[in-house]
Amino acid sequence: MSTPRKEIKFMTQAKQIKRPKKYCRFKKAGIKYIDYKETDFLMKFLNEQGKLLPRRITGNSLKYQRKVAQAIKRARHLSLLPYVADLLK
Amino acid sequence: MNKHYETVIIFSPLLAEDDVKKGIAKYHKLLQDHDGKLVEERNWGLKQLAYPIEGKSNGIYYIMEFTAPGTFVSKLEVEFKRDENLLRFLTVALDKYGVDYNDRRRQGLVGKNKTVNTEKTEEVAS
Repeated sequence: MSTPRKEIKFMTQAKQIKRPKKYCRFKKAGIKYIDYKETDFLMKFLNEQGKLLPRRITGNSLKYQRKVAQAIKRARHLSLLPYVADLLK
Repeated sequence: MNKHYETVIIFSPLLAEDDVKKGIAKYHKLLQDHDGKLVEERNWGLKQLAYPIEGKSNGIYYIMEFTAPGTFVSKLEVEFKRDENLLRFLTVALDKYGVDYNDRRRQGLVGKNKTVNTEKTEEVAS
C-alpha cells in the first residue's frame, strides 16, 4: 500500500478564497434563443474594445457561446455593435 | 412549405418619409405576390450606427417578420441589392425557438420589464 504522507503544517493556514462556481446562464435560465437585436444584453459578452470575451471568462457552455458569437457577429453586420471600439462600456 | 424569416433593412437617412414608405410598400407587394404572409413589422426609425456605412452615421431601421416559401428569399435579396436606398440588409431563417421567442415578446413576456406577470409553474411548463 502507499506510505502515509506526512502532513506539512504551516504556522498560518493558506487562505483558500472560494470562487463562485461558474455556470452557463442560458442553461440555468432555460433560454433557447439569443436575439441578435438586443444589444444591451449582448454587451455583457464583449470587453471595452468590443471584442468577444472567451468562454472561460463568461462561463457559457460551448453551444451557447457559439450562439452568442453568431448573434454578436450579426449585430456587428447591422451596425448595432461596433467591430472595433474604445471604452465601449 | 412556408418557413419563418426575419429581415432587417437599413435605409439611407437622407430619404424622406414618403420614400421610406414607398420602399416598404414595394417589399410588402413583393411578399404578397409570392404567397407570403407578413407576421410583424417594426420601424425603429432613425438610429445611430455603431460605425459609418457609406459615409453615413445614422440609418432608418426597419424589421419585417414573415412566412414565405423557401424560394422567395433569394428573390427578395436580389431586390434588396438592386435598391439604391438600402445600406444593409440581413435575412435570418427563424427556428422554432426564434419563432417562440418572438411570440412571447409580442405578448410582453420577455425581458426584465415584463408587462405580463407569469407564475412560476407556468414558466416551467412553457
